[in-house]
Amino acid sequence: MPSLKELRNRIASVKATQKITKAMQMVAAAKLRRAQEAAEAARPYAERMEAVLANLATAFEGRDDAPLLLAGNGKDDVHLLVVATAERGLCGGFNASIAKLARERAKTLLAAGKTVKILCVGKKGFDSLKRDLGKHIVKTIELRHVKRVAFENADEIGILVRQMFDDGEFDVCTLFYSRFRSVISQVPTAQQLIPATFENAEAELPEGNEAVYEYEPDEGEILAELLPRNISVQIFRGLLENAASEQGARMSAMDNATRNAGEMIDKLTLSYNRQRQAQITKELIEIISGAEAL
Amino acid sequence: MAEAFQFELVSPERLLLSEEATQVVVPGSEGEFGVMAGHAPMMSTLRPGVLRVSRPSASEEAFFVRGGFAEAGPKGLTVLAELAVPMADLKADDIARQIREAEEDVADASDDASRMRAQIALDHLREMEQAVGSN
Repeated sequence: MPSLKELRNRIASVKATQKITKAMQMVAAAKLRRAQEAAEAARPYAERMEAVLANLATAFEGRDDAPLLLAGNGKDDVHLLVVATAERGLCGGFNASIAKLARERAKTLLAAGKTVKILCVGKKGFDSLKRDLGKHIVKTIELRHVKRVAFENADEIGILVRQMFDDGEFDVCTLFYSRFRSVISQVPTAQQLIPATFENAEAELPEGNEAVYEYEPDEGEILAELLPRNISVQIFRGLLENAASEQGARMSAMDNATRNAGEMIDKLTLSYNRQRQAQITKELIEIISGAEAL
Repeated sequence: MAEAFQFELVSPERLLLSEEATQVVVPGSEGEFGVMAGHAPMMSTLRPGVLRVSRPSASEEAFFVRGGFAEAGPKGLTVLAELAVPMADLKADDIARQIREAEEDVADASDDASRMRAQIALDHLREMEQAVGSN
């Protein structure tokens, strides 16, 4: 049984921890709102882009002159996994779940005899993956100094990825990030960037619309210009979704931590009071039995 | 009074403008073109330049846009631009100063990658200067 003093110290320390987690939760809540707004503000662009590209892509289906970024280079040997995670921890299973999804994919690909290259965006993903997949990591991009993800940050990654593709360093590129659904639910997602896929583009353009569109310059040139850009846009969207997810995950993790700390304080206070009372009773008994003995 | 149509200007970061317009002049990669209500459906890529919006209230606004495309359809005109800045926010001497700084960056760059980045930034500023100058 710990002494009264020990109990008092423990209560004080848990209280201090609770204050920190509470503060972190509130900071995360404030940041979450901003991140969520940013993610929502970026959606129209990415969605329009996808819809237009999906529209254009159907025109090129099965044609030999389709751009490589759309059709791929016909091989499936070297896979590049772009793993986007947070720069900081203390956000529940956020980083771990993205890393886990990427790791599973990497293991399946390796087992199938493919070559895997990993591009880490964010330090936490690198920390987690370097243990067993360290030799596959080709580069790590840290966004620690970036307060708010701007399009330029995503564009830099996009340019790097495109350059690697042009140099023939990989055949298929997949982006891993966490889709923000709500504060308590973030879904780790794998999205194939190269060759481009448009599975989540809604067919919002009315039917037969592509026939009446006039293109200036022609479809091929527009596609050639938009496809590289689309990679940056998709990465940008991934990063923004990630930022919102990170804050959401941290908020609920810190909420849990604060609640746990509260429970612990209650328990400790209870046993502290019990022990104090036991001690008083013991002292009384000593005094009374001492008085009786006289 | 010309008929109004829905016009949207979207950058990757946010929706800049979503309102009624009577006429929009877009800097297309194959020349500037004006869009008014009921324009035939078309799609064009953009070159860096000035986009002008005329509102039903007869007021005008100009934006510097770079990279992206314009889509005119039955629902109106949507311009997706990688960069879109109101011309009112661009000052010629500010840009001239930034260009000087960028030129120094290019000269000071220690390796190829950073020189390339500085050069791109410089080119972008020059395009902007040109747009402001011709305005």
